Amino acid sequence: MNVFNLLGLAWKALTRNKMRSALTMLGIIIGVGAVITMVSIGEGSKQSIRSQLSSMGSNMITIRPFSNSTAGGGARVGAGGLQTLKVKDASSILNEVSFVTDVSPAVSTNGQAINASLNWPTSLQGVSPDYLTIRDWKLVSGTAFTDDDVATAGKVCLLGQTVVDNIFNGVESPVGKVIRFNKIPLKVMGVLEKKGENTFGQDQDDIILAPYTTVQKRIMAITHIQTIYAAAVDEKSSDTATKEIGVVLRANHKLHFGEEDDFRVRTQAELISTMSSTSQLLTVLLTAIAAISLLVGGIGIMNIMYVSVTERTKEIGLRMAIGARGIDILLQFLTEAILISITGGIIGVILGISSAKLVTVFLAWPTLISQSSVVLSFVVCAVTGVFFGYYPALKASRLDPIEALRYE
Amino acid sequence: MPNKILDINDLKREFIMGVETIKALKGITFSVDAGEFVTIMGSSGSGKTTLLNILGCLDIPTEGTYLLDGVNIKTLSRNELAKLRNHKIGFVFQSYNLLARTSAIENVELPLFYNADIPTKQRREKAMNALEAVGLKDRMDHMPNQLSGGQQQRVAIARALVNEPVMILADEATGNLDTKTSYEIMMLFQELNSKQGKTIVFVTHEPDIAVFSSRTVTLKDGRVIKDLKNENVHSAKDALASLPVEKETEEIKQAT
Repeated sequence: MNVFNLLGLAWKALTRNKMRSALTMLGIIIGVGAVITMVSIGEGSKQSIRSQLSSMGSNMITIRPFSNSTAGGGARVGAGGLQTLKVKDASSILNEVSFVTDVSPAVSTNGQAINASLNWPTSLQGVSPDYLTIRDWKLVSGTAFTDDDVATAGKVCLLGQTVVDNIFNGVESPVGKVIRFNKIPLKVMGVLEKKGENTFGQDQDDIILAPYTTVQKRIMAITHIQTIYAAAVDEKSSDTATKEIGVVLRANHKLHFGEEDDFRVRTQAELISTMSSTSQLLTVLLTAIAAISLLVGGIGIMNIMYVSVTERTKEIGLRMAIGARGIDILLQFLTEAILISITGGIIGVILGISSAKLVTVFLAWPTLISQSSVVLSFVVCAVTGVFFGYYPALKASRLDPIEALRYE
Repeated sequence: MPNKILDINDLKREFIMGVETIKALKGITFSVDAGEFVTIMGSSGSGKTTLLNILGCLDIPTEGTYLLDGVNIKTLSRNELAKLRNHKIGFVFQSYNLLARTSAIENVELPLFYNADIPTKQRREKAMNALEAVGLKDRMDHMPNQLSGGQQQRVAIARALVNEPVMILADEATGNLDTKTSYEIMMLFQELNSKQGKTIVFVTHEPDIAVFSSRTVTLKDGRVIKDLKNENVHSAKDALASLPVEKETEEIKQAT
């Protein structure tokens, strides 16, 4: 008996009882289909969270002041009130930390943006030109301000799309116009590309960017900075960069050994892994449920194979009488079980992929069909066929031909 | 000296049923030469079925030796016995035992699947030759339920022939058939025996079937009580011809 003979025999046996074979297969089809659909939904949501976070700049490192010590009266001071970060820190990071390509100091304040008769409450973010690189933010029109503007505290700005929508009537181009922010006139140099809402539902386009010196001196009248944004070379090096930033800042701030950091460094990668772990859990749960249905499908195969062996006892007896060895019978029934599970698996893969596509089309959920889930579920279902087909096949192969022949 | 196909010497088979030991065969000795047509007779309980199982290498004797074509089956493993059955024995059963929803030719091909010596290409050809030998070449694509009892038994005989065994072992092969069809089947066996020299061992309890064979071995209570050459072998062909023509058939013929 070679493989083709076995497959031919098994195929004939299965087509002899089409309805039953189809129903048995259905268990596997649903199981495999469910696994693939569920994993692709889980992977899809993971991917979408990841890409949303990356839209903020996936290599971005954020440094904010932090203090656990109490200043004077015992009341803790919030990060916003701390004045420990200086512009010098930003330049030290850029110069001394390897793997960091861009650094931007940042200060931010809220106020009213005014253009002619229109006004809009928004926030003004003071940054350096590098900020656009760090956030991977492009302009739709105009040009960015330069380091010269930073040096001279130039009265220039870039507008977010939401601000443009609210203080310009839509006809005239904002570029070149002068708007006012809390009475300070700012010349619009460019309009920022639309970024949409971030993962937390904040409108990222409701913003005005200006040189940080302008915001520090002309609007907020402060000398410290609130935040330092930096970009690591890539996601992997952000851990190393984080450590080095810590060392540089501790030196700058003259912190002694044992003293707590007066700043906190966060990377986007951390956030991504936190968010991903949530959807990872979701994937695991969905997959577990789907795997159970695959198991049930496997038990269905086992059940039907037992019925089939009992029903075909006489056939088994005959085959043995005319020269089939135990192993021949075992392989015959095993092949049938595997054929059911593999055929079911193939149909299940097709069903799983197409239902994942349907989910995307009709429910607008992101899905991502991962190759590994297709391969894995297919392998699992083939193994299911072998595992659940083995015992019925073994039972068949151990029948006594004399009794099997006489079985009615 | 003619070639001995079967050589049985003091064969015993005991079954243990709980605490009792049942002696089904109590020492049987006989041999069958190549080209013989032997019937084994005996009423139920005579040990006929037990002997048949041993002759068919489906069972192993408790004591004594059984040489099939010179091979002592007692020394063989389960798998070797299966191979021996495949190569040396052609089974014909009372209830045909054809696979349902499987065409005649596929049923005949079945033993060839388990014969590693036959290449896949030759399978169909060999099966066709066997079906031709039993006169059913034109029915090769019919399913068993589209064939009459006699035809089904012919397919079963073709299946027994296809591996060119040294012996055909028939178990009440005419038991499910009417007289006319029984004679037709016996005629086929006689032809296979006389024209192709097939050795046939035919187990039955019907004396009127035994008359067609050349020798009858009668069992009773697990022993051979008679082993006689049949001096006057009846021809199944003559018996068939002498059957009264069925009236009903005649009437139908006239009516149409």
